[in-house]
Amino acid sequence: MGVSSKLGNLGVVTTTLETAVNWGRTGAMWPLLFGLACCAIEMMAAQASDYDLSRFGMELNRASPRQSDLMIVAGRVTRKMAPVVRQLYDQMADPKWVISMGDCASCGGVYNNYAIVQGVDEIIPVDVYVAGCPPRPEQLIHGIMTLHEKIKGERISDWA
Amino acid sequence: MHIPPAIDPVKAIQEKMPEAVLRVKTFRDETTIVVDPAKIVNVMLFLRNTNGLVYNFLSDISAVDYYPDPTTEENPERFGVAYHLYSMLYNRRLRIKAYLPEEDPVIPTIIPVWEGANWLEREIIDMMGITFEGHPDPRRLLMPEDWNGHPHRRDYPLGKETVQFSFNVEEISKFKPFATE
Amino acid sequence: MAVNPNELATKATWEGNLEQLRGLVSERAMTGETMLLNMGPHHPSTHGVLRLLLELDGEEIVTILPDIGFLHTGIEKNIEDKNYEKGVPLTDRMDYLSPMSNNMAFCLAVEKLVDLDVPERAQIIRVICLELSRIASHMVWLGTQALDMGAMSVFLYCFREREYVLRLFEMVSGQRMMGSYIRPGGVWRDIPDGFIEEVTQFVNYFPAKVDDYETLLVNNPIWKDRTFGVGILEPELALSLGVSGASLRGSGVNWDIRKATPYSGYETYNFDIPLGEHGDVYDRFMCRLGELRESIKIINQALKRLTKKGEFRSKNRKFTFPMRSELGQSMEAVIHHFKLWTYGFDAPNEEVYASVESPRGEIGCYIHGTGGNKPRRVHFKTPSFMHIQAIPAMAEGHMIADLVAIIGSVDIVLGDCDR
Repeated sequence: MGVSSKLGNLGVVTTTLETAVNWGRTGAMWPLLFGLACCAIEMMAAQASDYDLSRFGMELNRASPRQSDLMIVAGRVTRKMAPVVRQLYDQMADPKWVISMGDCASCGGVYNNYAIVQGVDEIIPVDVYVAGCPPRPEQLIHGIMTLHEKIKGERISDWA
Repeated sequence: MHIPPAIDPVKAIQEKMPEAVLRVKTFRDETTIVVDPAKIVNVMLFLRNTNGLVYNFLSDISAVDYYPDPTTEENPERFGVAYHLYSMLYNRRLRIKAYLPEEDPVIPTIIPVWEGANWLEREIIDMMGITFEGHPDPRRLLMPEDWNGHPHRRDYPLGKETVQFSFNVEEISKFKPFATE
Repeated sequence: MAVNPNELATKATWEGNLEQLRGLVSERAMTGETMLLNMGPHHPSTHGVLRLLLELDGEEIVTILPDIGFLHTGIEKNIEDKNYEKGVPLTDRMDYLSPMSNNMAFCLAVEKLVDLDVPERAQIIRVICLELSRIASHMVWLGTQALDMGAMSVFLYCFREREYVLRLFEMVSGQRMMGSYIRPGGVWRDIPDGFIEEVTQFVNYFPAKVDDYETLLVNNPIWKDRTFGVGILEPELALSLGVSGASLRGSGVNWDIRKATPYSGYETYNFDIPLGEHGDVYDRFMCRLGELRESIKIINQALKRLTKKGEFRSKNRKFTFPMRSELGQSMEAVIHHFKLWTYGFDAPNEEVYASVESPRGEIGCYIHGTGGNKPRRVHFKTPSFMHIQAIPAMAEGHMIADLVAIIGSVDIVLGDCDR
């Protein structure tokens, strides 16, 4: 009633600020081109034919962290690489999200030894964990969908 | 082009440099010649350059740590370095082994013979702590530069972290680092 | 050890201490005449986490210092902690583009060590899996090299073919990539019904695709300009550096382990080895394209032999598991099953070395047993390790754009290099 019914046939919709901002954020999230090991090949397979990530708006993988929103840590993180991961995360601009893809990034995976960081959440905060060794492209897409659900549920108090 | 006939490497080395060869072993069609570490460069040059031998490809250099087994006549020292050679002309393989003591494991580098030995030896310097005398660039290769210890030694722990199950998840979470921002 | 994220962030920059590099880069860098540029571990065209320190005189490269170890997982030390059967899945993850080749190298060495036989049907299945794995790996190589040089559509076509091969792997081992299908003594289980038909369909479908890639790239003037005469590797230098595989055959040296020291019945198949002449990027590219066609030939011949029935794994119950159906009938089967699952098998206190021809080069596996169920030392000589060492010899004197072409042509995988 009221304003919304009068403006309907002028091509205007009304919604909340949160819904609009969250819709914009999930519509075209650009991932950082960050593949480390075997999971990177499955991430490339998810990006290429058969399981296309461009339909979710992730056509471009930006190589520069300053221009990307999403960091998919795909592969095992070693102690030598850990400072590099942290520096890349620090260079990304807000809002930023992290998906930890695969077992090695989530919990250390098959390798319980001196060289592998047991889960990348020791260094950077992770939003979604995707299990698998390596996860199928469909599992990665499910992880991305879960992240989209999480973002759509964010409130103004989270980001203001 | 006339190819000279193949000669037996064991006999050839024993005739030319009898003081370098310590022992010869055969196992599953593979010949291993144990040599004195100080003379390894001459042995390698001889194997590469002699007609009838021509071992022109270095396949691999591996280091073995025999700790904590006691030394035997077969394996007289703590460390062993195995060089795997391949002759493309005569299509046969050979292994040269050298044993190094625990206190001061030093062996001359064979970079003058094959340039590919550069990184193979650097990996052993990094992971086993064996010194290659004359190596032009003995920095760490695989581990970070400020790492202490030599991981492939048998007394270096694997570094296992206790696995979190449901019964000990709180105890381990107290010590496990977790980033929040 | 507790890791403080702020500490990590401060250590992240390489403290540019020029003194550390004296002797490694040329003298002109010390005065600042040439520029030192870091092509860091996170870079779109280095095919993994490889750090290259470039000394540049304008656009021309004077020295390259590769820095590896950013993916060092300690796989060798992990395998030394497990028994021989449990080590097989860890070997999958070294060269992750062709996992079957690593499995094969490890299993060949274990079979040599304990003198285990492999039945003929298992050998034929192994050959089919290895050649399919070679095709899958070359698809990623071709896709990423073309992508780095700007030809993006080739990337999408290659991954479409790769999806087909991965579906075949999933059919036979249950996993798309890391199947751990090849085990000591044979393969994990027999091929399912319908596998032979599916592979026959693939073999009929694929050669037309290789023709497509040739049409797109081989006579393309842009491709030829970027790859002719770039990254020339002389044969003597290549042999001295330990380069193997298609990178060596591009320089004209005819060495393929499948022909020279054949394993798994390769001596009974008819196939040719494509050779190059000049040793530049174009020759290496043509060698690998030729290998795709040869792999199809080998798979065709192998499929015809699969009609006979046979064993898929050795029957030597001291080393291989009995089938579950036997467990209900035989007491010895139960005892073997228990012992092999809880303890494993013993291997003598001797050393062996076995090598296979992986899509990248020669993977050599050196195992020194203890006499017990765990190995004393497992060492893998991986081809990418030697090839990254050879990159400075190929690329010094070229421009940075040529460096990208050279790295792509040498087909490195950092998991293979760092293990």
